[in-house]
Amino acid sequence: MAQTVLHTATSRGGADHGWLKSYHTFSFANYFNPERVNFGALRVLNDDTVDGGRGFGEHPHDNMEIISIPLSGSLQHKDSMGNLATIEPGEIQAMSAGTGIYHTEYNKDKDQPVKFLQIWVFPNKRNVEPRYDQLKINAPEKPNTLVQILSPNPDDAGVWIHQDAWFNLGKLEKGSKVDYTFQKKGNGAYIFVLEGEIEVDGQVLNKRDGFGIWDTDTFNIQAISEQTEFLIMDVPMEF
Amino acid sequence: MMRTEILVIGADPDILQTILRLLNAEESWHADGVAGVKEALTKCSIKTYDVLLLGAGQTMREEEELKTELKRLYPALPVIPHYGGGSGLLFAEIYLALGKMNQAQ
Repeated sequence: MAQTVLHTATSRGGADHGWLKSYHTFSFANYFNPERVNFGALRVLNDDTVDGGRGFGEHPHDNMEIISIPLSGSLQHKDSMGNLATIEPGEIQAMSAGTGIYHTEYNKDKDQPVKFLQIWVFPNKRNVEPRYDQLKINAPEKPNTLVQILSPNPDDAGVWIHQDAWFNLGKLEKGSKVDYTFQKKGNGAYIFVLEGEIEVDGQVLNKRDGFGIWDTDTFNIQAISEQTEFLIMDVPMEF
Repeated sequence: MMRTEILVIGADPDILQTILRLLNAEESWHADGVAGVKEALTKCSIKTYDVLLLGAGQTMREEEELKTELKRLYPALPVIPHYGGGSGLLFAEIYLALGKMNQAQ
């Protein structure tokens, strides 16, 4: 029988640094909740808003797969491998920190905030060579279908990371339904609602709610409100 | 006040310094840092640590050798792999390690 966990939007941890407002689904920085440390290999799900012209100065990372998904505004990334790039809504960035990397992240726009998700997934191998990737997310082939934006395979759709994880974005119109089948036995899925109201196997979810489901092969998602958007993160539960 | 003594292994000197700075900013913690496995074993032979935080930059073989040797010499010393390289997960890693130690006692 499927097991599930619900993390409502209002139950998330948070940090307000003035220029940065962040909601943490899982324990991060000064927010520590031993009941909310990770969902399988998914370790960080931060919902960040950075003021215009502000950002994160140079800081290091290692041994983590770091995925950024802008929701509005534009985020400029510069790293110690020589990458200088701007990502905007409709794009995804993946970074394997591996043996170590330094980077800065700034809101390129002086006047508008940038909103983005920062997602960390435990790697399946420590101390890999650092790498950076950025891609435009393809439009769905048909309305009310899922779009794969991340996988473990360099030749597959979306960016790739060092973990048996698959991410899909979904946009459903009211009443539409999709079935999701896990990509790998032993994986679980964490569904995070970006817009609207959806139902996952009978559980109603609102904007920024998170819902984990595992010990099952498949589940379904139905749109309750007019415009819905959600992210499915299919990750190993044991890693 | 009893401080929690933490030994951090990290091959990248700048990342190691960042981790040490963050840990030593906590009043009840004290952290030392070393670059590699041999230095870690030497440190452990002259000082008692409560937690060993295994940062990036060692080979898989070195990590395994270290874990095996520490388990043999200091079976109660928790060896925690560190992920992320900065402040994001650091505190949770230490809190979880200390929580497990307290439960075991």
